[in-house]
Amino acid sequence: MEFEPVIGLEVHVQLNTKSKLFCSCATVFGAEPNTQVCPVCLGHPGVLPVMNRKALEYAVLCGLALNCSISRFSKFDRKNYFYPDLPKNYQVSQFDKPFCYNGFVTIHVDGKDKRIGVTRAHLEEDAGKLLHSDAGAGSGVDFNRTGIPLLEIVSEPDISSPEEAYAYLTALKSIIGYLDISDCNMEEGSLRCDANVSIRPKGQKEFGVKAEIKNMNSFRGVLKAVSYEIDRQTEVLLCGGKVVQETRLWDADKNMTFSMRSKEEAHDYRYFPEPDLVPVVLTEANIEEIRKYLPELPSARMKRFVMDYGITEYDAEVLTGDKKLADYYEDCTRLFNDYKSISNWIQSELLRELNDRKLPVTASSVCPKKLTDMLRLIQNGTISGKIAKTVFAQMFETGKDADTIIKEKGLVQISDPDELKKIIADVIDSNGSIVDDYKGGKEKSFMFLVGQVMKATKGKANPQVVNQMLKDAIG
Amino acid sequence: MDIFNQTACQLIKMLQSKEITSRQLVESVIDRIGAVDSKINAFVYVDNTAALEKADEIDARRANGEPLGALAGIPVALKDNLLYCRRPVTCASNILKGYYSSYNATVVEKLIGADAVIIGVANMDEFAMGSSCETSCYGPSRNPWNQDCITGGSSGGSAAAVAADETILALGSDTGGSIRQPSALCGVVGMKPTYGRVSRYGLVAFASSLDQIGPITKSVADNALLLQVISGYDHRDSTSINEDVPDYSASLGESIKGLKIGIPKEYFLYGMDSDIETATKKAIETFQQLGAQPVEISLPYTEYAIATYYIIATAEASANLARFDGVRYGNRAKDADNLIDMYCKTKSQGFGAEVKRRILLGTYVLSSGYYDAYYKKAQKVRTLIRDDFSKAFQKVDCIVAPTSPTSAFKIGEKIDDPLTMYLSDIFTISLNLAGLPGISIPCGFSKDSLPIGLQIIGKPFDESTILRAAYAFEQNTVFHTQKPNLV
Ligand SMILES: [Zn+2]
Repeated sequence: MEFEPVIGLEVHVQLNTKSKLFCSCATVFGAEPNTQVCPVCLGHPGVLPVMNRKALEYAVLCGLALNCSISRFSKFDRKNYFYPDLPKNYQVSQFDKPFCYNGFVTIHVDGKDKRIGVTRAHLEEDAGKLLHSDAGAGSGVDFNRTGIPLLEIVSEPDISSPEEAYAYLTALKSIIGYLDISDCNMEEGSLRCDANVSIRPKGQKEFGVKAEIKNMNSFRGVLKAVSYEIDRQTEVLLCGGKVVQETRLWDADKNMTFSMRSKEEAHDYRYFPEPDLVPVVLTEANIEEIRKYLPELPSARMKRFVMDYGITEYDAEVLTGDKKLADYYEDCTRLFNDYKSISNWIQSELLRELNDRKLPVTASSVCPKKLTDMLRLIQNGTISGKIAKTVFAQMFETGKDADTIIKEKGLVQISDPDELKKIIADVIDSNGSIVDDYKGGKEKSFMFLVGQVMKATKGKANPQVVNQMLKDAIG
Repeated sequence: MDIFNQTACQLIKMLQSKEITSRQLVESVIDRIGAVDSKINAFVYVDNTAALEKADEIDARRANGEPLGALAGIPVALKDNLLYCRRPVTCASNILKGYYSSYNATVVEKLIGADAVIIGVANMDEFAMGSSCETSCYGPSRNPWNQDCITGGSSGGSAAAVAADETILALGSDTGGSIRQPSALCGVVGMKPTYGRVSRYGLVAFASSLDQIGPITKSVADNALLLQVISGYDHRDSTSINEDVPDYSASLGESIKGLKIGIPKEYFLYGMDSDIETATKKAIETFQQLGAQPVEISLPYTEYAIATYYIIATAEASANLARFDGVRYGNRAKDADNLIDMYCKTKSQGFGAEVKRRILLGTYVLSSGYYDAYYKKAQKVRTLIRDDFSKAFQKVDCIVAPTSPTSAFKIGEKIDDPLTMYLSDIFTISLNLAGLPGISIPCGFSKDSLPIGLQIIGKPFDESTILRAAYAFEQNTVFHTQKPNLV
């Protein structure tokens, strides 16, 4: 029997507001434990939450970017469960009236577009972090994270493969990056993802029994965990077994999922409306005001890049996936008119240097001005494309501009025929047989001669000039 | 004449004319506490040193001719569920014994801003759950009029302290009658303001959608004075309402001629004591003599109020009290084996029986499978109860009813019978569900010489009208001039 997977993702995105969702504490990542806390986020007696309007705006903005409907009337609810990282022992979340609902994200897989439905996106407060001592002296809680706004984005079970799950996450991260409302860093926990995975015989309408997979800490991890889970469930069914509804944890070291709790052990969260907060009413005008902040989104920008700069869809997609990279590209296009060359240099040299050092494009020591200045030097023949790669590496390393490096290292291209005359004559003299081969019709031999000239000039000779002079000399 | 048994309004005049000093006033009150509190058990914490220091500071500032706040030098008692920075606050619960506030409640900030002298912290039912002050971990407060009797609750300590002249003013909190019922039973004036009138920031929550802080005083004028100080919008409480605060004292003396007073017929069906019924009917006659016009009204959903209240209040409480888990503060059980065990033992040891009962009830009504039948339905009935009042207020300016169906009963008499105990709030609970203001004023005495209270209920944010009606009644009756004989 052939099975098809049915996958839905629940993504938690930490919003990068300056202060927490219900108090004015800071939200800086990596601060000393319990230095960004106050009576409100520590759940002391008598405290009351006050909603951060910025977080609401971010949530609505994200909803608009995900093509969601925005609730005119929403409210917060209390989700009750006991855990030491949850100071009030309830989480303020949204149950039946989320801010955003009924949207979609478009993904591109195997050259095709597919819409993945977004069921809802709602705001809630983050929990703290448990810190366990190695010495077994007990556990501590860091409440710095407590109360940081989280946007939970729940997809429809429209995802049909691990690759689509990966593409969905990538698209979501790209959109949120454009909105600049979250760092979306899975390693730092500013983006978290749980996956609901089930399989069913191909063609069957009803869903199979699902497992909820938690504890993935990278997009790759999600891809692997979902793949593993599909295989596991397939094997269970093929062996005549039954998939049980449960929560499973992904173990990235063992590359396996493990059962954490069954449905019977599932929490009864006893949601009820949060009486300490008033319902949030959004008017059409409120929503339109927020819509003004909606930037050009990645898919639209991709199409525009193809139109405006004549680059391929593939190149445009790479460049527009990260807003900052796309901004970088566009800054370059304002300074230099060979758009394809800019695209090539960004995708090959710049991205390689950045990825090697795990740096964002904003941290690049080669700014658009420096890059395009260098490209202009290639265009006007000052340096060869080959030399330029060395120059670029130096630029990235030292932060110096191309001119300085070329002068310091004496890398200026030799285009002056007088300077090349003697070298070419020497090469012809000492490679008599090869010159004969060429004359005898062996085209390849010509390239060898060019190579010898380049070698003698340490790569600085202008290849076009060398070509012409060689041909003239051999006749 | 003693200083301690004067009203705040009288004392303010005496202080301003330099007839007395704040130190004399505070000393007088401290002496009074020393003399009678062993009988009453109104206070759980008194800070004489701080109170006297504050009094001296006010005296010095007054001598320098500096401007002073509306309550300059006047002693005020807090209920043990209001946070006063660096002072103990326990909600009369073992689970919070030893806990110190890390910030000031908004009302405490306002009292400090008005130059009041915070004299101490008054006893209450544990986490404000009770109608008799008997669920306190400090033992019950005793009624100044008869120390074998309860004070009412949950703000029993606050009401008893005012009645016994152990403070001049007090703050209470009212979730289902917790200011008005003990005020009635102790013969003082207590007001639950409109929900949203007074910030709840720094009030330890029992039921967030019902709780409201209010003044407990010896006179209606004092009540207006203290309400003025604590009222107003607070950005830290999202449920506080940004409505102008009128001058409550200004309209007190105005005539109530033509005032339409609603008499809810349903309130006379539920077997109140005959003393209460007689006193209430007499009070209505008094109003009539003063030119007010009684109008019979109907509040048909009254009979569902107690059930509705005990679902909504306990549901909210079950979440509000979840934070008392021994993890971050408060008392943690020492003999726990693991996390779950620690939660269980901490709560078992820390909470009293009534609090446990309500947490369990609240947890139950929110549970999956029961939510619709209980919580959701209760919310619907709450709306109907609110509508009852809205309709009634189309015909009348205020509503008059008994505060409590009985006068103070004996300590221990009902503590093992929660359902009977819950009936103590039958006339007060609907206001919390509807968010309306209500004031209880003395309107007579029972055959056993125990005080009886009259409740005047107002439209939302119309505290002025009920204060005016209460003042007119008070100025034309003598009940408020009676004092319990304590020495
Ligand atoms: Zn905080």
